[in-house]
Amino acid sequence: MTSIDYSEKIPNNVNLAGDRTLQRALEQWQPNFISWWKDMGPEGSQSFDVYLRTAVSVDPSGWAHFDYVKMPEYRWGIFLTPAQQDRTIQFGEHKGQPAWQEVPGEHRANLRRIIVTQGDTEPASVEQQRHLGLTAPSLYDLRNLFQVNVEEGRHLWAMVYLLQRYFGRDGREEAEALLERRSGDEDNPRILGAFNERTPDWLSFFMFTYFTDRDGKFQLSALTESGFDPLARTTKFMLTEEAHHMFVGESGVSRVIQRTCAVMNQLKTDDPKTLRAAGVIDLETIQRYLNFHYAVTLDLFGADQSSNAAMFYSAGLKGRFEEGKRSDDHQLNGQSYKILGIEGGKLIEREVPMLNALNEVLRDDYIKDSVGGVGRWNKVIEKAGLPFRLSVPHKAFHRQIGTFAGNRVSPDGRLVSEEEWQKNQSNWLPTAEDRAFVASLMGRVAESGKFANWIAPPPMGINKQPIDFEYVRFN
Amino acid sequence: MSVHLEVIKQHLIDPEICIRCNTCEETCPIGAISHDGNNYVVDASICNLCMACVSPCPTGAIDNWRNVAKTEAYSVEEQFTWDELPKQTTLAVSAESAEAAANVEEGEGEAEGIEVDTVLGSTLPPWSAARPYVNLYTHKAPISATVVGNYRLTAETSESDVHHIVLDFGQMPFPVLEGQSIAILPPGSTPDGRVHHARQYSIASARDGERRGYNNLSLTVKRVTTDAKGEARSGVCSNYLCDLKKGDSVQVIGPFGSSFLMPNHPNSHLLMICTGTGSAPMRAMTEYRRRRRLKGATGKLMLFFGARTREELPYFGPLMNLPKDFIDVNLAYSRTPGQPKRYVQDLMRERAEDVAAMLRDDSTYIYVCGLKGMEEGVLQALADIANQSGQPWEPLWKKLKQFGRLHLETY
Ligand SMILES: Cc1cc2nc3c(=O)[nH]c(=O)nc-3n(C[C@H](O)[C@H](O)[C@H](O)COP(=O)(O)OP(=O)(O)OC[C@H]3O[C@@H](n4cnc5c(N)ncnc54)[C@H](O)[C@@H]3O)c2cc1C
Ligand code: SF4
Ligand code: SF4
Repeated sequence: MTSIDYSEKIPNNVNLAGDRTLQRALEQWQPNFISWWKDMGPEGSQSFDVYLRTAVSVDPSGWAHFDYVKMPEYRWGIFLTPAQQDRTIQFGEHKGQPAWQEVPGEHRANLRRIIVTQGDTEPASVEQQRHLGLTAPSLYDLRNLFQVNVEEGRHLWAMVYLLQRYFGRDGREEAEALLERRSGDEDNPRILGAFNERTPDWLSFFMFTYFTDRDGKFQLSALTESGFDPLARTTKFMLTEEAHHMFVGESGVSRVIQRTCAVMNQLKTDDPKTLRAAGVIDLETIQRYLNFHYAVTLDLFGADQSSNAAMFYSAGLKGRFEEGKRSDDHQLNGQSYKILGIEGGKLIEREVPMLNALNEVLRDDYIKDSVGGVGRWNKVIEKAGLPFRLSVPHKAFHRQIGTFAGNRVSPDGRLVSEEEWQKNQSNWLPTAEDRAFVASLMGRVAESGKFANWIAPPPMGINKQPIDFEYVRFN
Repeated sequence: MSVHLEVIKQHLIDPEICIRCNTCEETCPIGAISHDGNNYVVDASICNLCMACVSPCPTGAIDNWRNVAKTEAYSVEEQFTWDELPKQTTLAVSAESAEAAANVEEGEGEAEGIEVDTVLGSTLPPWSAARPYVNLYTHKAPISATVVGNYRLTAETSESDVHHIVLDFGQMPFPVLEGQSIAILPPGSTPDGRVHHARQYSIASARDGERRGYNNLSLTVKRVTTDAKGEARSGVCSNYLCDLKKGDSVQVIGPFGSSFLMPNHPNSHLLMICTGTGSAPMRAMTEYRRRRRLKGATGKLMLFFGARTREELPYFGPLMNLPKDFIDVNLAYSRTPGQPKRYVQDLMRERAEDVAAMLRDDSTYIYVCGLKGMEEGVLQALADIANQSGQPWEPLWKKLKQFGRLHLETY
């Protein structure tokens, strides 16, 4: 007896119908996933009809099917980009050898750890966001939140597929454990720090999807280079979906800024108090939120010097961002990289072996990408004719992991005393008062075409639908 | 065909909305999209408006189109500097192309602003078409095919060198349908060091292989020896293909195309209008129908085929051998010495009565393929024939498009 119709319920291109072992593993896991989703998925919204995008195949015509779906009935599929014929490993000691189609024994433990760590972030963000549906600023935004949620769910499936298909019993146990940890839980928290932070309001959500999901983009890109072919192909397909999450963040913050600027011009003021009284979020508060999420996300890349990262690279498990587009020897022995350190009470740069600095290399790629989007937010302010500019804080600001943990560094990159830190902290990071103010703006707007006062409507709808389209139907 | 200022639809990305996620660059099957530190851009000389990039884009930034004179298309370098999209300008164009541009607009039923539709014909396949596979192989992961045949189709004496090339895919899956195309990655790079972009070619054989039951297909490739102005210049890919030897291997991507497909119901009629290598998909469809000729099926085939001379007409011999009760063949030559020029649209007018009868039948599907310039003349001929036979063209045109019954592919 089968409880799942494999081609219909779980669209896939991994020949699920022909793989009995995998079917059995999934059949055991799937009910637990559904019950996790019911407990921890978007709160109070399981019966809404949501205008969602579902991937039903990996070609461009098949991966964006739009229709109304109730979230628990979303067709979480398993997709790998089509195999590249005769793909070889692009970097590390095995460079030039055929990519692995099965897990090599000596790398089993490390690969499993990489996959579990990536997999753990997916349900974590669903948990972090589960209350947001109650305060969505519009149907359009509500739909985008749910889209992000179901896709995080699909990414979990993608990782679980790898664990179950390639890692035997350990893999199945790890797959179960992914459903047992809980974001922010003291006893059984999610693996990475940022995924245990709360996402209490929509400004945090937009910052999270802009900054933290972008970490996802860079981690996934590094994994698309992996010598373990099924991992490379799985993450490649995930990247197409990740793009939507970053879009939600980038456009979300941009619309908040746009609305604030409009009111600043209307009232001819830049006084935060007046603006708050008018019901919009002042640019200074936006900057503080930005500082916080940026710093927390930088920590996700790990310690600035890491022998694990060196080993992952040399072993061909995890490459660099756009490994294929780089023109060095792809082995990096004897090469060095400049990383920041502290010496004699000052920030300095020092050379370390490139292989040990790979976390930093990825972090620096991430920084370049993040800064680009902040530049586009500034264009919105510029266009409104206002002198304010947002910026990302210094790399060493407010870090909890690596060289700077335990040091106080200002957003402009000065090592400061504890006293100066305490005095300025409220200018640099969101205060309890900021958070309370932002929270006070959160209230659900559920009429099509209407938007909360603190955010501008988007320039265009989803899938060419009008902005006042009924993106979510409440039942 | 008269020389006129050609108007193209240029595909642009809105820098104010794009989040630089790289999805489109990953998706574009022929490498038309690139980026610098500032913007993602589409190269107008490569993009064939296949729309593959449109639905994966998470923002909609990619879905922007402008009518521009071909000679004034925005360059990649220019697009890199943009902070916002330029407005649609009114084109200072000849009456003829202004009319063409106006038709484009009308055809789309869009008032103004962002236009989404890019074609004069259907964007949907016939209802009974088989489901195509598309983009199985991409420029990052192409498939190798082996050349198993390459011979010249046109007379040695004629200027036009058109080759029939057969490619075999061995054990690798490469499912295709009549009307689809593939693209070839020519080896080598441009003088400025970039790899050549892929060139598209229509499949000229039926879905079950050039040779039935083999995993192969054929192409009809015309050797390009002059540029648009008629000056000597050899085309990169067509020369590469025409010079291939048996046993050579070729890098292929695709298949492409999900609307220029034939109806599968045997009682449907095909009205096929082509010039030169535009005959490739018509050969494919005709061959499929010939192989599946079903007793009692009422589907008719009517072909209008244009070339400069009889010697330059690809597949002349085999075409003449087809039974007359199977296909109604009409050949138009524009350069036969001592005879007046005749284009496909002239022949269509001569056969107006029969064409009108086909137009009147809901089971008729129309296919137009060949050089870009033929579109206008053919559509005009169809319009005149329809109007004169008491079938107002505008509503008919709309219906044909809506029901996946009018398919244009010109290049
Ligand atoms: C959907 C589709 C289907 C197609 N089907 C077919 C088919 O079935 N058969 C077929 O033969 N073709 C077909 N084509 C056209 C084909 O893709 C190629 O465009 C054609 O073969 C020419 O390619 P090329 O590489 O030889 O020429 P290119 O090198 O691309 O040159 C194209 C033109 O530009 C000129 N040129 C090149 N470089 C320069 C320069 N530096 N300065 C000025 N001018 C220059 C060339 O002389 C030529 O006129 C199709 C196209 C499309 C979009
Ligand atoms: S329309 Fe097709 S060819 Fe043009 S950029 Fe998009 S994917 Fe590439
Ligand atoms: S897919 Fe869309 S948003 Fe992403 S880079 Fe391309 S145009 Fe921009």
